[in-house]
Amino acid sequence: MANGESEPGADVPVGGFVQLLTPDGERIDSVTTADGVTYSVDFTDEEYRGLYRDLVTVRRLDAEATALQRQGELGIWASLLGQEAAQVGSGRAMRPQDMAFPTYREHGVLYTRGIDPIMPFGLFRGVDQGGWDPNKFKFNTYTIVIGAQTLHATGYAMGITMDGKTGSADGEAVIAYFGDGASSQGDVNEAFVWAGVFHAPIVFFCQNNQYAISEPLEKQTRIPLFRRAAGYGFPGVRIDGNDVLASFAVTRAALDQARNGQGPTLIEAYTYRMGAHTSSDDPSRYRIASEVESWKARDPISRLKAFLTKQQLADDTFFGQVDDDARQLALDLRERVLAMPDPQPVAMFDNVYPHGSPEVDAEREQFAAYHASFEGSAH
Amino acid sequence: MAETVTLGKALNHGLRRALENDPKVVIMGEDVGKLGGVFRITDGLQKDFGEDRVIDTPLAESGIIGTAIGLAIRGYRPVCEIQFDGFVFPAFDQIVAQVAKMYFRSLGNVRLPIVIRIPYGGGIGAVEHHSESPEALFAHIPGLKVVTCANPVDAYFMIQQAIASDDPIVFFEPKRRYWEKGPVELDADLAGAYPLHASRVVKEGADATVLAYGPMVRVAVDAATAAAEDGRDLEVIDLRSLSPLDMGPVYQSVRKTGRCVVVHEAPGNLGLGAEVAARVSEECFYSLEAPVLRVTGYDTPYPAARIEEDYLPDLDRVLDAVDRSFGW
Repeated sequence: MANGESEPGADVPVGGFVQLLTPDGERIDSVTTADGVTYSVDFTDEEYRGLYRDLVTVRRLDAEATALQRQGELGIWASLLGQEAAQVGSGRAMRPQDMAFPTYREHGVLYTRGIDPIMPFGLFRGVDQGGWDPNKFKFNTYTIVIGAQTLHATGYAMGITMDGKTGSADGEAVIAYFGDGASSQGDVNEAFVWAGVFHAPIVFFCQNNQYAISEPLEKQTRIPLFRRAAGYGFPGVRIDGNDVLASFAVTRAALDQARNGQGPTLIEAYTYRMGAHTSSDDPSRYRIASEVESWKARDPISRLKAFLTKQQLADDTFFGQVDDDARQLALDLRERVLAMPDPQPVAMFDNVYPHGSPEVDAEREQFAAYHASFEGSAH
Repeated sequence: MAETVTLGKALNHGLRRALENDPKVVIMGEDVGKLGGVFRITDGLQKDFGEDRVIDTPLAESGIIGTAIGLAIRGYRPVCEIQFDGFVFPAFDQIVAQVAKMYFRSLGNVRLPIVIRIPYGGGIGAVEHHSESPEALFAHIPGLKVVTCANPVDAYFMIQQAIASDDPIVFFEPKRRYWEKGPVELDADLAGAYPLHASRVVKEGADATVLAYGPMVRVAVDAATAAAEDGRDLEVIDLRSLSPLDMGPVYQSVRKTGRCVVVHEAPGNLGLGAEVAARVSEECFYSLEAPVLRVTGYDTPYPAARIEEDYLPDLDRVLDAVDRSFGW
């Protein structure tokens, strides 16, 4: 291969991508892109097994969430099925001081940040709007408006520069998640402009899962998404989004560049949304089964399992243990989701303004008085 | 010692003081740096505070507000300038869906102390999109606070109060009053300033209450002066805070006068005047001698400059409404 990147073929898109682990579980030592950048990973056996454990765990937790939704315990669920490698690889590539700005599907990234996986379930169960402290977890609140968070991430990255926290190996960087659909949004393009102009320490991580609900990629773009970066003045790299090693290697390098003061990078993780957009969606209306089947052959977990097996880095005992542990975590998650209390109705008046509002306070009082008026009545 | 300054210069002084007092305050917008803003409100600030504190941004309003949100999450206190009222709409999503809701969404964990400055209103002979009054669109959004100043003193203190507040605030500046002068105590302590979210009686009177804000306060006061010649004693209240509204002084006034006229440049349909009228009707029903009357811009797009004086409420239209109130 002329440039070291995978050539287009049945499984490789035009323009190629960085792949360090083939769907068959073959390890590629290193890849040098057309831009002359070489990517590789140097994991210990334990780290390889750790990545496998991550992938299996986030898939299992996701399956539990889908089941909870089907059983009426969640209002909706946005499944990450198929995108585990993109999320785990990029999530593990972050250093502790880095900040993530997710969409509403980055449960895998959240998990790799060491955050209790129950955290976003308030949003999906409908007991809150997804409230947590972004600065505590270095993980912003889920953002539902498509692409809006890329600007927040860029502003945060500008703040890192203004704080003088770039230019060294222990500098800070930001990763902004979004999807192929979001790439059409004005906000995403404005974020690219800003990041380029201000040389912000940010990595734009686009999980191109081929669909924006029902609309396939060709409704969003005429060129490979990673190539758009050139127009904004920073590098764009495409990776095999189902290869956790490529996801890690390229994201780690891009984040380190950013923290060192070398500006933004766009990463396009070429992957596939194996499930529906959300539990409210019916993908059988807009895509054919054979397409889904072809992506099953590129599954992120089975290729790592094949690699671990061939290299004798893990055996059935290990794989069985990982499955058991993941199931246990999932059952624990289920129990705790079911135990989540509904909020008190009057809580809707909380947290509208940091300094409060006499108007909201008055409505809270009216609301409380109205409900109190029924106390002691037969109804 | 009081110094006589224009409303625009008072804002400039207020911004300067905010930049001096808190290193986390940053100003961002189109042309706010070297140029000092198209109205020169940020004149000289970049020179004195640097390009990191007074940031010339790319020309994209959603980007201005969106990146301000990220800066605020990082601990900064961004003051965003939207160049003209009619250009705020590309940022509407970020303001409504993100700025207004982040504190609520995050269960109180994230404060976005962002001030969004918007020069608004007509009367300057401008082309389309440069003379609008979109304040009701923002006052309608829970999570946002909305204020507007009408004189140099309020301009100077209210902008500082807004920046010091942790609430996200849309700060409307009456652009046609930028050049009107008044004495301002530039050394006065902010703590002693009139509260940000309070309305204020600017002229006492016994016969009818006229409510106004921003550029219309001057019109209302002029109308009161003219009415006095006819023996009518109008009370004029500057609402100042459009969300939340401070209605206490309004109710007190209407209970005294029994008549209420509310004035704004924005179209009347679903404008601030409608909300004010509803609340006055609920609270002062037995005191009212006439319905609350509105004097507003018409329910048309803002017209061409050569006829804008016919669109904008003026002294005569206010007096006409007062007459109608008395004739009820």
